[in-house]
Amino acid sequence: MPMTMTEKILARASAREEVRPGDLVLAKVDFAMGHDLTIPHAGRIMREQMGATRIWDQERVAVVQDHFQPAKDIASAGLGRLTREFAREMGVKWYFEVGQGGICHTVLPERGLVLPGELVVGADSHSCTYGALNNFAAGVGSTDLACVLSLGELWFRVPETLRFVYHNQLSEWVEAKDLILHVIGQITVDGARSKAMEHSGEAISQIDMEGRLTMTNMAIEAGAKNGIIGYDEVTEAYLRGRAKRSFAPVAADPDAVYERTFEFDAEQVPITLAKPMSPDHAASIDEVAGTKLDQVFIGSCTNSRIGDLRRAAAVLRGRKVAPWTRLIVTPSSHQVAQAAEREGLIGVFLEAGAAWTASTCGACLGGHQGVLGAGEVCLSTSNRNFPGRMGDPKALVYLSNPVVAAASAVTGEITHPKEVVGKELVLA
Amino acid sequence: MTSVQPVMRGRSWKFGDNVDTDQIIPAKYAIYSLDEKKLGEHAMEGVPGNEDGWAQQVSPGDIVVAGSNFGCGSSREIAPVAIRGAGISCVIADSFARIFFRNAINMGYPILQSPQAAEAIHPGDELEVDLEAGIIRNFTQGDEYQADRFPPFMTELLFHGGLVPWVRKRLQERTLA
Ligand code: SF4
Repeated sequence: MPMTMTEKILARASAREEVRPGDLVLAKVDFAMGHDLTIPHAGRIMREQMGATRIWDQERVAVVQDHFQPAKDIASAGLGRLTREFAREMGVKWYFEVGQGGICHTVLPERGLVLPGELVVGADSHSCTYGALNNFAAGVGSTDLACVLSLGELWFRVPETLRFVYHNQLSEWVEAKDLILHVIGQITVDGARSKAMEHSGEAISQIDMEGRLTMTNMAIEAGAKNGIIGYDEVTEAYLRGRAKRSFAPVAADPDAVYERTFEFDAEQVPITLAKPMSPDHAASIDEVAGTKLDQVFIGSCTNSRIGDLRRAAAVLRGRKVAPWTRLIVTPSSHQVAQAAEREGLIGVFLEAGAAWTASTCGACLGGHQGVLGAGEVCLSTSNRNFPGRMGDPKALVYLSNPVVAAASAVTGEITHPKEVVGKELVLA
Repeated sequence: MTSVQPVMRGRSWKFGDNVDTDQIIPAKYAIYSLDEKKLGEHAMEGVPGNEDGWAQQVSPGDIVVAGSNFGCGSSREIAPVAIRGAGISCVIADSFARIFFRNAINMGYPILQSPQAAEAIHPGDELEVDLEAGIIRNFTQGDEYQADRFPPFMTELLFHGGLVPWVRKRLQERTLA
């Protein structure tokens, strides 16, 4: 029977010839991740309730200190300590301390820890990010993670696959972020619930790995189980010198069965934002331009990799953040911060009057380093703007790509970047 | 790790569509992720209008009835934990977001999917849920609704305390093998 990429991975991992949507399978996990908000709970369930004394494979687990670290208060220091102790006692090989890792979903791809053809789970909803690298990756809860840590396997329901085909290429100023916000606006936050989102087409081949990671990162914002993209030269180039294990890419069979195919003309997609208070409240830049902003946040696992920071810095070079607006820039990993330092980008942000923070989840989840108060309006490059996500439930959050965010920080209101930089964006 | 009650009774608390995990338990309480009681005190506090608390009005056994995609957003298992901590005996929804669904089943916490019930039940209705039969009885309206059936493996998890005892058993089998 022909299969989609998602079906092939689940079949291989559960040692079956074939699987179909709806099947429940017990599958072997290739890599698992937990962080400071999920490891303490998962570790306790694993050791105290399940009775496991060690993890199934020390080389296939990553533990990242990112959500509330560097510790924002005494309670989160406690979670950081439990996370650290667990990683140490279990001999976790891929432990990322504050100042060495960054946000989990940036760290795992950049260190070559999540690879094509693999089955990956993370105790974090945006674990679907890794699917840009041609794997099946899904977010799970703490009990799920405890099960994987104990046994190296977990139950899955094989999802139906929705295919998204993007014809032509994105227009100037329009990025992967705009494309995915546009798609979610069309299908809603419920539109892919528990299903696989497979992205393909001409526009995808033109999008670099960072942009692809942005797209699969937001699969969960449409309710999807996973987002996945085929293996091509872009994947191959990204993994060269990075992959920590050998791997076997998967391709969809030509006659694979999709529950539904959505087709988009990428060229027609405008710069797209999400309005408050849901990621599916898509609006073109023309509809929201002029909205006054108290805070602009360039950060998170969605859009704060080095390419994002390069483009944002290109907008900010020689310009200043508007009075009465604050700009917070949070690199999504330590390696991204190091690259930004080497390339002189940090100086550009500081010169423009931005606050540059440690690489952490920080403001993205209303944790620290940029929590919003009641009535404040924020433009964020993150992935989610449900009520209360970034602070007070009465704060208003818009989502955009990083170039729009940088331009809007300069004017203090939502602004088309060409109004700030002129005809085109020049990277230094 | 208690097994679920086969029959539950309580008043309904109604919520809309797409109630996400930040509304069920705002991220600022994630630091209490190991304290079910504390989480329970703040359950549903992120739902606009509930800023000043909600759990305080709940009587043990009450039932949450919600629209579609309940529990979307984060993977935090503290979402169902907070609801359980608030004394809610089970959640009925038109549909559940995937990770919330997994987390509840893995915890052995009863959830029922029934678009019919989600639509018909009013706030404060007196309900009885027969989990095994998948039947929801509404005493206030004198009505009865059928919930969707789960695959056998999930029902087994639900009735045997969730994923924990299942893993224990498998670990023991491995040591013996
Ligand atoms: S940056 Fe935001 S979305 Fe990404 S892992 Fe952290 S909290 Fe989650």
